[in-house]
Amino acid sequence: MATLMKDIILSSSHPKELLLQKHADFISSYGVNKDEYEYCMTEYLRMSGVYWGLTAMELIGNLERINKQEILEFIKLCQDDAGGIGASVGHDPHLLYTLSAVQILSMYDALDIVNVDRLVQYVKSLQQPDGSFCGDKWGEVDTRFSFCAVACLSLLGKLEEIDVEKAVEFVVSCMNFDGGFGSRPGSESHAGLIYCCLGMLSITGHLHYVDADLLGWWLCERQLPSGGLNGRPEKLPDVCYSWWVLASLRILGRLHWIRRESLVTFVLACQDPETGGFSDRPGDLPDPFHTIFGLAALSLLGEPAIKPVNPTYCMPQHVVDRLGLRPQKLTL
Amino acid sequence: MAEADSSSEELYDETNWVLYKYRVDWKDVTPVPQDDGPYPIVAIVYSEKFQDIYDYFRAVLKSSEKSERALQLTKDALDLNPANYTVWQYRREILKHLNKDLIPELQYVKEMIEDNPKNYQVWHHRRIIVEWLQDPAYELSLTETILSQDSKNYHAWQHRQWIIRTFKLFQNELQYVNQLLDEDVRNNSAWNQRYFVINNTTGFKPDVVQQELMFTLDKIKTVSNNESAWNYLRGVLLHHDGGISQDQNVRQVCEELYSSGNRSPFLLAFLVDMCEENMERDDGDKEESLRRALQLCDVLANEYDTIRREYWNYMARSLAQRMDCPEREATGSTKTD
Repeated sequence: MATLMKDIILSSSHPKELLLQKHADFISSYGVNKDEYEYCMTEYLRMSGVYWGLTAMELIGNLERINKQEILEFIKLCQDDAGGIGASVGHDPHLLYTLSAVQILSMYDALDIVNVDRLVQYVKSLQQPDGSFCGDKWGEVDTRFSFCAVACLSLLGKLEEIDVEKAVEFVVSCMNFDGGFGSRPGSESHAGLIYCCLGMLSITGHLHYVDADLLGWWLCERQLPSGGLNGRPEKLPDVCYSWWVLASLRILGRLHWIRRESLVTFVLACQDPETGGFSDRPGDLPDPFHTIFGLAALSLLGEPAIKPVNPTYCMPQHVVDRLGLRPQKLTL
Repeated sequence: MAEADSSSEELYDETNWVLYKYRVDWKDVTPVPQDDGPYPIVAIVYSEKFQDIYDYFRAVLKSSEKSERALQLTKDALDLNPANYTVWQYRREILKHLNKDLIPELQYVKEMIEDNPKNYQVWHHRRIIVEWLQDPAYELSLTETILSQDSKNYHAWQHRQWIIRTFKLFQNELQYVNQLLDEDVRNNSAWNQRYFVINNTTGFKPDVVQQELMFTLDKIKTVSNNESAWNYLRGVLLHHDGGISQDQNVRQVCEELYSSGNRSPFLLAFLVDMCEENMERDDGDKEESLRRALQLCDVLANEYDTIRREYWNYMARSLAQRMDCPEREATGSTKTD
């Protein structure tokens, strides 16, 4: 019987070389040359957008092109009285943007420009009795927020402020029969959420809960004939999963289980040869989100022109080293 | 531009839009422009309508105005950007404050979900309204509508699981799962839902395990190259006393598929796991199990699943090693860095 598989076909016209300079230009002009509609529409995630852009610039050695002072002033204005940080000025605080802000400040070695004590209290206040975390005061629970909370606190050296054992217990309760993790207990395994859960267990040193061979196999099953990776069975490949699947495999010490050359070919094909930047799939419009994950994936795959990235934090390795953090990784 | 003398929605349709700054009933409010601080990160060029609406939104947020017109303003703001979580939060505060009837709100958020089915905020708003109402009456049909357009929509499944678990609506769920699997037997979300339902109702008791094995084997016989079905089969067998290798039906179906020439990587992978388990059993022919497992890993690596060659080579090495020192578990060889 025929094998039906959702995938794409790469054509020879897609880029095959890494267009580093174009990516730097793409990021530095993003938000200047963009059309107004897009800028309005992304305001609600601006802080994460800044994190994606800056991390990309640092990984390709172009961070000095960004005005550091502007960014620091912006972050300062985004912290509210309760200590949390919002996506933009006047937006409500949220764990997602609080982590992005802490990642940026860690990169700039400027954590002292925000009120760290209040920020820690804010993160702490979002932990629930079952160990899970809400994203904000409105109570949406998701394993993404478990990752955000521990990543954020560990960068601040304040992990002991929350109940780590309970937090781990919740994440482990989201493990499925296929070895993967979902957003909540019973939710389907999903590569993005697997990354969050493995990252969380890596930071807290609890990777022994994972069946590394079973999950490693599920993750390398995500590679399709085109070389690209999807996030769940029978879904299309997307550059952002190159990061989430790959970082997860690296945490598990099983990165070599995917076929490196064909993934590199797929990721490179997702570059926009005119504007720079990466898109989800070849030929689509590029954006900073897919650009950082494309560059970070290539870094994990050993591209020498990109600085090493830490698989747990999605931050430059030298920053994680400077902070003295050693998130757990498995080796075969 | 003509001034409006009423705030009624109908007045301001697409063709007839009146900016808030020209509306008589908003004359008392001073708009608050966006302030990104002394160094705006980028030069902001808002469209006039967007800027107008959000300037007035910031103004009501600042003055904490919780009125009918502010409620309408949040709707206009959300029409322009349904992902703005701050607007949703403020809308909820207004709904609470005005003690609004929440049934029309359900209708409104349904429309928003239909237009933005992959947006976190719209689904979360829905959940909060349902929690306030404590009424799950419309939720199954809403999620079915969304899943009929995209049968793997993660938000819809998440919402559906929450509803089913919270309001104990497991009763007809397997039927729904069956219907989805009839439409697309590779729908991993539906297989996951199947596990969710059984795990939260009967549990995987021996008779349920048998029933689920029959169901799954039947699907595998029709479409064998289906990752989801094989994963589910393993999931069910986690609850089987005989592990994955001792169930007669499972063995028979797998061997028959293999004999008939089927070389789906998932079938071969499953046979490898059966061999592995046999190697660990006292009564099995260890040498023969290992020989077969290594042969399967070899054809997987070099013929049927070459993209995962490194994984199959690893499996082969780890099986051979275990034969030499049987006390080592597969994952026992994993060290922490």
